[in-house]
Amino acid sequence: MRRRVCIVGVGMTPLKALSPEVSYKEMMFEVANKAYNDCGINPRKDVDTFICCSEDYIEGTSIFDEYVPDQLGGALKQVHTIPSDGLFGVCAGILQILTGEFKIAVIEAHAKSSNILTPDGVHMCALDPIYIRPLNVNPIFIAGLEYNSFLYNHLFTKEDCAEVVVKNKKNALKNPYACYGANLTIEDVLNSFPISYPLNELEISSYADGACVVVLASEEVAKDLKKKPIYIDGFSFIQGSPNLEVRSWDFPRATEEAGKRAYEMAGINNPNREIDFCEIDDTYSYKELQHAIALNLNETIINPSGGSLGMGYIYEGTGLMRLIMAVLQLRGEAGSFQVRINNDLPRKAVVQSWRGIPTENSCVLVLSRE
Amino acid sequence: MKNFFATPLRDEDFKKKNFCYETWIGNCFYAWDCGKAIGRYLEGLKEGKILGVKCPKCERIMVPPRIFCEWCFVLVEDFVELKDTGKINTFSISYISWDMKRLEKPQIPAVIEIDGASPGYGILHLISEVDPKDVKVGMRVKAVWKEEKEREGKITDIKYFRPY
Ligand SMILES: [Zn+2]
Repeated sequence: MRRRVCIVGVGMTPLKALSPEVSYKEMMFEVANKAYNDCGINPRKDVDTFICCSEDYIEGTSIFDEYVPDQLGGALKQVHTIPSDGLFGVCAGILQILTGEFKIAVIEAHAKSSNILTPDGVHMCALDPIYIRPLNVNPIFIAGLEYNSFLYNHLFTKEDCAEVVVKNKKNALKNPYACYGANLTIEDVLNSFPISYPLNELEISSYADGACVVVLASEEVAKDLKKKPIYIDGFSFIQGSPNLEVRSWDFPRATEEAGKRAYEMAGINNPNREIDFCEIDDTYSYKELQHAIALNLNETIINPSGGSLGMGYIYEGTGLMRLIMAVLQLRGEAGSFQVRINNDLPRKAVVQSWRGIPTENSCVLVLSRE
Repeated sequence: MKNFFATPLRDEDFKKKNFCYETWIGNCFYAWDCGKAIGRYLEGLKEGKILGVKCPKCERIMVPPRIFCEWCFVLVEDFVELKDTGKINTFSISYISWDMKRLEKPQIPAVIEIDGASPGYGILHLISEVDPKDVKVGMRVKAVWKEEKEREGKITDIKYFRPY
C-alpha cells in the first residue's frame, strides 16, 4: 500500500464581507494558533516546512512570500509560497512529506478581498495582454462563455443551475463559518441582474475575507498527535490550457483528469457509491454541476457547507476552506451542518478546487477517516 | 553561435511606433486594513508618539508593534511608549528617485534603533538636516515631527530624523 499523508490540524476564521479590525497578518496568526492548538504542536519546534498560497496581484504587494513567515511561526525556517489555490499548496506539502525529509507541514491561504477596490481591474490583469485585454471586456465574460457552452452541449437547464444557488445558500444558513446564507427561490435567482449571459448576479459567489491553516503530518507522526488523523488517500493537480480559443468550453477536462488520477491512487472505482459527500468548486452556479459530473459525484451529497455561493469566495483560500469543512464533517465536528449517513458519520469525502477564470485547472483530494 | 537576421530596436522606434506592440495600464487599487497593532502605531504617530510592544515571554520590546512575537510565537498585547530618539543602525545615500531620475539632493534612508526598544529593533525612515558625508553608523538622531494639526496617522507624520 502507498504511504499516506494525514491532515492533523485545521484552523479557520468565520468568513466576513469586511474585516477592518484585523490585518491579514493578525488574521493569519489567529488561525495558525487555532490549527496548532487543534493538533497540539508548537510551530517553532515541530514544523519542518511552511507553504502559503497567495497571489501578488490579490495582495497588492509584490514578492509577497517575504511577508508570510513571522505570523505562522516560520521565522528563519523553510517557507515558500505558491501562487495558486490552497489545495495546490496541500499537494506540495504532501509531496514534501512523502520525500521522508519532512514530518509536519503547514499550509496557509487567506484573502482580504475587501481590501481590493478594483477586483475586476485585478482580474483583467490575468488575461493575455496583447490579444485579449485590448478588447476591453469585463473578464466575467469567460464564465458566460463556459456557462453558455455547458447549457448548449449538455442536458442541463438554467433552472438546474439556479437550484444549485438555492441549495447552497440554504445549506450556508446552518454553517457558522458562512456569511452569505439565504432563503431564495429559483425565480429569485433567474430574475437577478444579468451579468454576462447566461450568468445572473445571484449565480456568482460573493467575495469575503478570511484565513485558513491546515497542518499535515506523516502517518507515523500523526498517530501521536491530539486528534484522530484524516487520511489523504488520493490527490492530483492538473493544469489546463491557457488559450481561450481552443479549450474545452462545455466541460472541465482538468477536473475529470485530476479526479481519475486521485481515484486511481485512492482505489475508488465507483465514486457515486463509495464517496459519502463532497466539497467541490461552485464559484459560479454551473461550475458545481460541471464538477459533479466530471468527478462522477452527482449522486452524492454536494457542498453541505454551502460552498462558495453560500460561504463566500476567498480567492486562494477557497480550496483550503472547503478542505477544512470536509475535515470537520469526517471528524464529526461540523455541529449544526453535520452530515450523517444512516445515522453514522461520513467515512469518505472528495474535495476539489478550481482557481477561477481565466484558468482551466483543478485539484482533487480523496479523504477518509480510517 | 549562428548570426540571426534581426533588426535592432532603438528608443526612437518605440516612440514612433515603427513596429507593433501593446501597452497596458492596470486598474488595480487597494486599501489595506492596518489591524490592531499597526492601527495603534499610526494613532500614536498622530499623537506624536512612537509605540512599541513587549513580548510577555522573551520580554523584547519590538517596534513597529505586532500582536505576536515571531520567535516565541505568543500573543503580544502590552503596548509601551518609546522615545522619539535613537541611533543609526545602517544607512544608504540614494542618488536616484524611484523612477530612476538623478537627484540633486540625495535621500538618506536609514534604520534607526529607537531608544527604549530592544537592541536591533528600529524603524525605517529618512535622515535630513545633515551633510550626507557626515552621516555615520551609530549617530544619535531625533524625530522631526509635522505640526500637530497636520498629522494624519501616517509614517510621514515624522518628517525625518536629524542628528542631535
Ligand atoms: Zn518573545
